[in-house]
Amino acid sequence: MTGSSTKLLRWSIPLAVFVVLLAFLWVGLGRDPREIPSPLIGKPAPAFQLVQLHDPGKTLATSDLKGKVWLLNVWASWCVSCRVEHPLLLQLAKTNAVPVYGLDYKDKADDALAWLAQHGNPYTASIVDSDGKVGIDYGVYGVPETFLIDKAGVVRYKQIGPLTIEALQQKILPLVRQLQQ
Amino acid sequence: MTPRGRIGAWLAMIAIVGGSALAADPPPVARPPAAPSPALEARLKNLETELRCLVCQNQTLADSNADLAGDLRREVRELALAGRNDAEIRDYLVARYGDFVLYDPPLKRTTWLLWFGPFVLLLGGGVVWWQVLQRRQRASASAPTHDSAAEARARALLEDEPPASSPARDATARAAPRRKR
Amino acid sequence: MIPELGHFALIVALLVAATQGIVPMLGAARNHRRMMALARPAARMQFALVAIAFACLAWSFASNDFSVQNVAANSNSELPLHYRIAATWGSHEGSLLLWALMLTGWSCAVSVFSRNLPDALAARVLSVMGLISVGFLLFLLFTSNPFARLLPPAPEGRDLNPLLQDPGMVFHPPLLYMGYVGFSVAFAFALAALIGGRLDATWARWSRPWTTVAWAFLTTGIALGSGWAYYTLGWGGWWFWDPVENASFMPWLTGTALIHSLAVTEKRGAFRSWTVLLAILAFSLSLLGTFLVRSGVITSVHAFATDPARGVFILAFLAIVIGGSLALFAWRAASVGLGGSFALVSRESMLLANNIVLVVAMASVLLGTLYPLFLDALDLGKISVGPPYFDAVFYPLLAPAVFLMGVGPITRWNRAAVPELAARLKWALAVALVSALLLPFVLGRWSPLIAFGLFLALWLFATTAVNLWQRIKGSHRGTLWARLAANPASYYGMLLAHFGVGLFIVGVTLVKGYEIERDVRLDVGQRVDVGPYEFAFLGVTPAPGPNYRALVGTVEVRRNGQLIETLHPEKRVYNASGQTMTIAAIDTAVSGDRYVSLGEPVGGDGASAGAWGVRIYLKPFVDWIWLGAFVMALGGFVAVSDRRYRLAVRRRLGALAGAAAGE
Repeated sequence: MTGSSTKLLRWSIPLAVFVVLLAFLWVGLGRDPREIPSPLIGKPAPAFQLVQLHDPGKTLATSDLKGKVWLLNVWASWCVSCRVEHPLLLQLAKTNAVPVYGLDYKDKADDALAWLAQHGNPYTASIVDSDGKVGIDYGVYGVPETFLIDKAGVVRYKQIGPLTIEALQQKILPLVRQLQQ
Repeated sequence: MTPRGRIGAWLAMIAIVGGSALAADPPPVARPPAAPSPALEARLKNLETELRCLVCQNQTLADSNADLAGDLRREVRELALAGRNDAEIRDYLVARYGDFVLYDPPLKRTTWLLWFGPFVLLLGGGVVWWQVLQRRQRASASAPTHDSAAEARARALLEDEPPASSPARDATARAAPRRKR
Repeated sequence: MIPELGHFALIVALLVAATQGIVPMLGAARNHRRMMALARPAARMQFALVAIAFACLAWSFASNDFSVQNVAANSNSELPLHYRIAATWGSHEGSLLLWALMLTGWSCAVSVFSRNLPDALAARVLSVMGLISVGFLLFLLFTSNPFARLLPPAPEGRDLNPLLQDPGMVFHPPLLYMGYVGFSVAFAFALAALIGGRLDATWARWSRPWTTVAWAFLTTGIALGSGWAYYTLGWGGWWFWDPVENASFMPWLTGTALIHSLAVTEKRGAFRSWTVLLAILAFSLSLLGTFLVRSGVITSVHAFATDPARGVFILAFLAIVIGGSLALFAWRAASVGLGGSFALVSRESMLLANNIVLVVAMASVLLGTLYPLFLDALDLGKISVGPPYFDAVFYPLLAPAVFLMGVGPITRWNRAAVPELAARLKWALAVALVSALLLPFVLGRWSPLIAFGLFLALWLFATTAVNLWQRIKGSHRGTLWARLAANPASYYGMLLAHFGVGLFIVGVTLVKGYEIERDVRLDVGQRVDVGPYEFAFLGVTPAPGPNYRALVGTVEVRRNGQLIETLHPEKRVYNASGQTMTIAAIDTAVSGDRYVSLGEPVGGDGASAGAWGVRIYLKPFVDWIWLGAFVMALGGFVAVSDRRYRLAVRRRLGALAGAAAGE
C-alpha cells in the first residue's frame, strides 16, 4: 500500500537525521574544538623589526630574512610545554636543515637568557616581543607555536603546540626541502 | 550589529533571490583618531562582548581575565583610538585569528545554512502544518463513520441497553473519555 | 570500606537493572504475570542500591576521605560541610552518579504510582527505564568510577572549584537533573506504547502528569542556573547560549511542545505519532546534552574534564538508545491510524502550530550549537556561534509562539469560528497594543523592540484575564467562588504557566532594553552617577573567610541624597587552589537590581588605600525573569495536582464504578 510506505518514509526522517548527526559527532570526537587554524597560511608573514635577545643593540626584521626558508618558534622562559619540544629544536639546529629564529614572547630578557643558557640555544637569533604585539600579528594564542616561512616571506605552515617528531618528519622537513629548491 | 539590524539584514538577504557575490571590502578610510569618552567606552564594551577570548572556555573578550584577552582588549582600544570603525577592528582580528574570534558568525557560503536554516525550517514547518490540516479534512470527509462499532456502543450505553457486540480492540480505537471536559 | 560498599552497591544495581530491563519486557510479550510483576520490586531495589552508593560517596566527601580519588580532586577539609556534600556531584563521576540516582528515583516513583496502569504497560515502561539504567551504570562502572581509590591517600584535597562554592551548587544540579532525567519517564511510556501497539488517549492521560512534573523541575533547574550565573559570574549576564546551557534548553523546548501535544492526544485522541516522537526527542536531547558536556566536542565553562573513551561510550549509548527508539518509531508509527479531524481554525490546529514553532526553535538552537562542529568535521574552517546569532534567530521565532499562546486557550476544540475568536480577543489586543506603545515612554526610552516585547507580555496577561473572565461569566454556578472552584486545577495551572511566561518576557525585554553598565575607576571616597543613583566607593578592607581570604569593598548607593543600601562586593582568593573569585553585591528590588562588582585594583596589588576598577550595573526588572520561570514551574505543579490524577480520588471512583457495575 502506497499509503503506509510513504508514511514509513516520512516517519523515518527523524532516524535519518539522527544518523547524519551521529556521523558528525563521531568525527567531532577526533577534533579539538579549541584548536584555531591559522588564517595566515599562504599569506605574507607579518612584518616585524625587533631587538635581538643576545645583542640588544641590533634589530632583526622580516626583510632581513627574505630569500631564506626559516622557522619562527614562539617560546618563553615561563612556558612549561616549551621544555618538551626544546630537545627536538636543539637536534634540528644541529642538523642545520633550516634556521630557527626564536620569538621570545611576553618574557623578561634576563629570564630568557638564563633559560637558554640552562637548556641550550637552538636559535640562529632570538628576538624580544615583550608586549606580545608581534605575537598578535602572527595570531599567536598559546606558547609554543612554530611557523614555517618561505623565501618570499609567505607563511607555509603553523605548528600549534610543541613540535613533535611526526610533525617534523612528515610535514615540516619535507616542506622545507621543497621550498629550498 | 544589533539584533534588530541583524533581523533586517536576514530578511533583506532572503528577499534577494540568487546570491550575488559579496562585494570586496573597500580599503579603510583615513579617519581622525577618536577621543576617549563614555561613548567610546560603550562602543568598546559592545565590541568586546561580540569577540571571543581565544584561550578561554567560551567567554567573551569583555569578561575574560586571561592575559591574551587583556592584550587583545588593549589592541582593540588602540585601534579604536586610532580612528578605526567596528568593521575594521573585526577585520583586523579576523585576519590574524580567523572567523573563530567572532561570536557573530559572518554570512558567507559556509554559513548560509546556519543563518537561513531556521527561517527555512519555519517555512517548512508551515508547509507541514498546512498539509496535516488538509490531510485531516480529506480523511474526515472520506470516512465519516469508521468508528461505527464504537459509536454504536456509545449510543447503547447512553440509552442504557446492553451492547450488541463485544468491544473492538484495535490499536487505533479512540478510548471513550472517562469524564467529558 | 564505605567506598567499596558503594562500589559494590553499584555493581549489584547493575545486575538488578539488567534483570529489570529484560524480564518484565519478555513477560509483557508473553503475558506472563510473574515475570511482569518483577518490574516493580526490581525498580525499588535498584533505587535503594543506587541511593546507598550515593550515600557512600556523600559520606566520603563529608568525612574528608582523601583516599578516594574523587574526594581528593574535588574537596578540601576547610570546605564547609554543605559544600563538601554538594561536591559529591561537582565532578563528572559524581554528577553521573546523581544522574543514575535520579533515573532510578523516577523508576521507583513510577513503580509506586502506577497501580492503575495495565500490567503490560507498567512492565514495559519499567523495563525501558531499567535498560537506560544499565547503560548509565555500565558507563559509571567501566569509565567513570566515583569510588576509585587514591593510594597513598592525599594529605589534603584540591578543593571544589570556587565558582561552585555557592548555594546554587546545592540546588541547581539536583533540580536540573530531576527534570532532565524525568523525561525518561515520558520516553519509556512512548516506547512502551510503540512496543505494545496501544497508542491512544488513555496512554496520553497516564503519561501526562509524569511529563509535566519533569518539565516543571527542568524549568526550575534552568531558572536556578541562570540566576546563579547572574550573581556569581560578576558581569550581570544571565544567559550566554553556552553549549551546556543550550543542552538543557533544548529538552525544555521539546518538553513544552510535548506537554501541549499530550493535551491534544489525551482530550482528542489526535497527534498520537507526533506526541510519541516528541517524547522520544525530549529524552534524546537530554542524552545528547549529556554527550556534549562530557565528550569534549564542544568548549564550555560547564564542560567536565574529558577523556576520549568516555566520549566513545556515550556516543555508542546514544546510537543504541536514540537510534533504536527512532527506528522503532519509524516502524510502528506508520501503522498508527489518523486521529480525529479538526478544522483549520481550532485549538488543535493552534497547538499544532505552537508545537511546530517550538520544534523549529529547538532545531535552531541545535543548529547553532553544533554548527562549529559541522564545519570543522567537514574541514571548512573554524567559526564561533554565540549570543549574537542565537538572539537574532530565537527571539523572532518566539514571537509567533507567544501570540498563539494567547489565542489557543480561548479557541474551541475541533472547530472554532474566527469572528467569535476575534470578538473575544479584540479587547485584549487593544489593551496590549496601546499599553505596549505607551509604556516605554513612561519607563524612559521608546524603542520598537521594547514596545514589541512589552506587547507580547501584555498580550499574554490580557488574554489570560479574558480567558478567566469568560470562564467565570459563562459558568452556571452561583457565587464567584463556586464558579472559580468549578474549574479544574489543570486549568489554573495553565493560566499560571502562561502568566509566568508573560512575567519572563517583561523581565527580558526591560532588562535588555534599559540596562545600564558602567566600568569606572574609582578612588576611595569618589562618587559616580549611574542613572538616577549615586554610587560612592569607600575603599576595600581585608577579611578572612572559612577557606579563603577576601578583600571586601564598601559601596554606598544613594538616590536623591538618601542612602538606600550599602553594598559589599568581594574579591576572594581561595586558600587551596589559589583561584580568584569576584563576588558581586546586589541590591534587589521588584523594579530592578543595582549590581556592583570589583574589577581590578588600579596599581595592581590591591592595597586597601588604592583606587579600584568598579563595575556598576543597573538591571531594571531583571528578577522578573526568574520570577516568571518559577511561576511557570508552579503552574506545572498546580496542573498536576488536578483531581483526575489524585490516586485517592481515583480509587474512590473506581470503587463507585465497581459498585454501580455490580448492581
